[in-house]
Amino acid sequence: MNAPEKIETFRHIGTRPVRPDGVDKVTGKALYGTDFKAPGMLWGAILRSPHPHARILSIDTRAAEKLAGVKAVATGKDLPTLESLVMHVGEGASDIVDISHNCLAFDKVLYEGHPVAAVAAITPELAREAAALISVEYEVLPHVLGLEEALADDAPLIREPAKGGTGETPSNVAMDVTMGRGEVEAALSGAAVVVEGRYTMEPVHQGYIEPHACVASWNGDGQAQIWCSSQGHFMVRSLTASVLAIPQSDIRVTPLEIGGGFGGKTTVYLEPVAMILSRKSGRPVRLGMSREDVFRATGPAPGAIIDVRLGADADGTLVAAEVTFKYHSGAFAANDAGAGVSSAIGHYRIANTRVSGIEVLCNRPAAKAYRAPGAPQVNFAVESAMDELAIRLGMDPLELRMKNAARPGDLQTSGLPWGEIGWMQCLEAAKAHPHWSAPLGPNQGRGIAGGYWGNYGGPSTVNLSVAEDGTFTVATGSPDIGGSRASMAIMAAEVLEVPYEQVRCVVADTSSIGLSFVTGGSRTTFATGMATVEAAREVKRLLCERAARTWQVPAQHVEWRDGHAVCTSGERQGSKMSAAQVAGSSLHSGGPVTATSALSAQGWLPGFGFHICDVEVDQETGHVSIVRYTAVQDVGRAIHADYVEGQIQGGVAQGIGWALNETYIYNKDGKLENPGFLDYRMPVASDMPMIDTVMVEVPNPVHPYGVKGVGEVPIVPPLAAVANAVRAATGKRMRSLPMSPDKVHAALHGEG
Amino acid sequence: MNRIHVNSTINGDVTEFLCDPGASLLDVLRDTLHLTGSKEGCGSGDCGACTVELDGEMVCSCLVLAAEAEGRTVATIEGVAEGSVLHPVQQKFLEHAALQCGFCTPGFIVAAKSLLDRNPNPTETEVRYWLAGNLCRCTGYDKIVRAVMDAAAELRQERTAA
Repeated sequence: MNAPEKIETFRHIGTRPVRPDGVDKVTGKALYGTDFKAPGMLWGAILRSPHPHARILSIDTRAAEKLAGVKAVATGKDLPTLESLVMHVGEGASDIVDISHNCLAFDKVLYEGHPVAAVAAITPELAREAAALISVEYEVLPHVLGLEEALADDAPLIREPAKGGTGETPSNVAMDVTMGRGEVEAALSGAAVVVEGRYTMEPVHQGYIEPHACVASWNGDGQAQIWCSSQGHFMVRSLTASVLAIPQSDIRVTPLEIGGGFGGKTTVYLEPVAMILSRKSGRPVRLGMSREDVFRATGPAPGAIIDVRLGADADGTLVAAEVTFKYHSGAFAANDAGAGVSSAIGHYRIANTRVSGIEVLCNRPAAKAYRAPGAPQVNFAVESAMDELAIRLGMDPLELRMKNAARPGDLQTSGLPWGEIGWMQCLEAAKAHPHWSAPLGPNQGRGIAGGYWGNYGGPSTVNLSVAEDGTFTVATGSPDIGGSRASMAIMAAEVLEVPYEQVRCVVADTSSIGLSFVTGGSRTTFATGMATVEAAREVKRLLCERAARTWQVPAQHVEWRDGHAVCTSGERQGSKMSAAQVAGSSLHSGGPVTATSALSAQGWLPGFGFHICDVEVDQETGHVSIVRYTAVQDVGRAIHADYVEGQIQGGVAQGIGWALNETYIYNKDGKLENPGFLDYRMPVASDMPMIDTVMVEVPNPVHPYGVKGVGEVPIVPPLAAVANAVRAATGKRMRSLPMSPDKVHAALHGEG
Repeated sequence: MNRIHVNSTINGDVTEFLCDPGASLLDVLRDTLHLTGSKEGCGSGDCGACTVELDGEMVCSCLVLAAEAEGRTVATIEGVAEGSVLHPVQQKFLEHAALQCGFCTPGFIVAAKSLLDRNPNPTETEVRYWLAGNLCRCTGYDKIVRAVMDAAAELRQERTAA
């Protein structure tokens, strides 16, 4: 149905080989952030604020320092005073002053769990004991958690004055973004049907299973090593060096395996603190978080209040859309509003649009990227409103979307035209899928929703080298969170026309490969993949050139065919050399064969997804079960089909958790009441059905193999898909997430 | 603090260790015995990443005191493969791409093996409920459940052949 115009056959692209790092991971040998130990290592502990908002009057560390076995104590005063500088590391940008103050509070604590001091000792127990001996005198300040409360005239100010505030008077508005075109009010007043509604949710967490951890070792000569798991070890290097005001080349960051990130590991929390403790003690220092620490002090995705108005003609043509939202920023400026604005309504052709969003500072941990950051919240509102519009118009909700779907060349919210997007193809594939026409049982309902994410490219470096036996090593600077080593090996093997097992891929440390942005923004298979292909092509060219030298023929007489250099004309015509033969004799033909590609990948394209969800609602308890789920997505082209499906399935599961159960719950004192997996209820295996995936392939013409980012899109549609299914099953429109049993029960039985 | 001397059999090896009275079995496995395959995702028995078998019973090793291992047998992820030969559950996890980040994988594999040791022919629902104590945030469980079902089929075939 979605056959590309030019049928290409591939040797490896789209296959499903076993990942090269797989055996280590199924046998427990793989070393994650929490597994690494250095000789002579000390154990660190962090003292965190019990208050959501307070001024630090004094910190007395003497008792901790006196405890036998304690080797170092640090507070915010140990971090250098920095000038404001916005750093770009791949998924959003942050001011280095904020990052520093988030690592260790300077003069104020801004959320419960904000680090105040740290210690390093010879055992973890001693470190914890010492941290508890640190006495902090606080002047407790009024705190604010809610979006509207934080915007009130008399709200406590998180920053004085708030950075980038919109007005002259200081406020908690940290960012304000508006886009759109046309005459929204006029178009809405002329529309045959207008739907409007307010949609709300509290923050949710990325929920990676591996808590943050690192080991840092900073020598007296200024040189340091850090071992940690993160979405980008170059990010760790640049942010840590900037927080400490030291040269980046003095820090070598070795990436350990990462136990999930989803955007939440695109910043530093521990590394600068571990560095300070290491410098003070002269020993390597390990710092790690407990699960409670992760919930209380690392970036949740923002909660939101979203107001939507959609207007349509009687035939279902959308004429106007207005989306206005407020997102939690938490204690520091975050990055979700911009993406929220551009991810709200761009999937439809609408002449008159206005989308505006603000981020609001409050006494919560600083919001951090979470898979398509900023998009699921607005999409929940817009796709719920589309469902309501279809009901009001008496139209099939899929037909309503097809009627209005943006095509290539249509304008995005920003005013730029869409490129080769596969949104229409996703809708067509969904319509043709048996799920769309399958019968439903009692108390069941079907919901649909579509969404998109812009994706990213950016800097990546790859080194591809040939061993003497003709096997290949690909070294990247991109942490492998979900099979990217396999995808790089597939692409290199495709170019080199050799077996997959002849190419191995490693993730190199910051001193062994050039700059690469974080594994985030769905950029790795696209951007690092592009660098891999470029490096492989150069290696192929070099191998041909070496063969030509060996045969003493002009280089243009040699081609790479089926994994061999082949002489195509002249008296050596038909001569063949394998990679092993060329590399084995490279000593005499010009030296080792290796190529580096360092690029800033451009031409990325957004991904679009369309989801069909069936729920069954227990009328008595309000419990919602997902009984069937199908996710259709334009993936450009799948490199490793299993891991593309896996990204889609994982994103759907996170979206279902967001829709049904997950939420931050604070008490009136500003303290988090559910900082654990028991009470922060993520989906478990028995909550989920199989998730059917349909990979639509509309290749990106810019990428050598047509790749589009796939990882983030699938978390965008589920919130509304589930809500629309609940509406279909019960007649009740759920506008507040999560749709937990108590809320659904109340909606069904008219309580509250 | 008085440390406790514990004798235990871990992955078939007679093992002695000293531990604090409050130390968890997971702490000792990871920090004293350097068996870091068992992971700590929560420390409260909610994520299952630290799943091991204690005298053949599946437990969260973060909820077991290390001293409780005295005189008992402990089986961890490091003992699932026989030498370099992977257990069918491990092999099927690889073939089905049932892991992405892989952090929860050791716990899932120990738990799945424990299920198949008891029930060689589980239904999908039985697999899902048995594994409900193990959190995976990456996969949505689809490929994990398929891998376990496939491993069960392979084990049944092996038994029939034997």
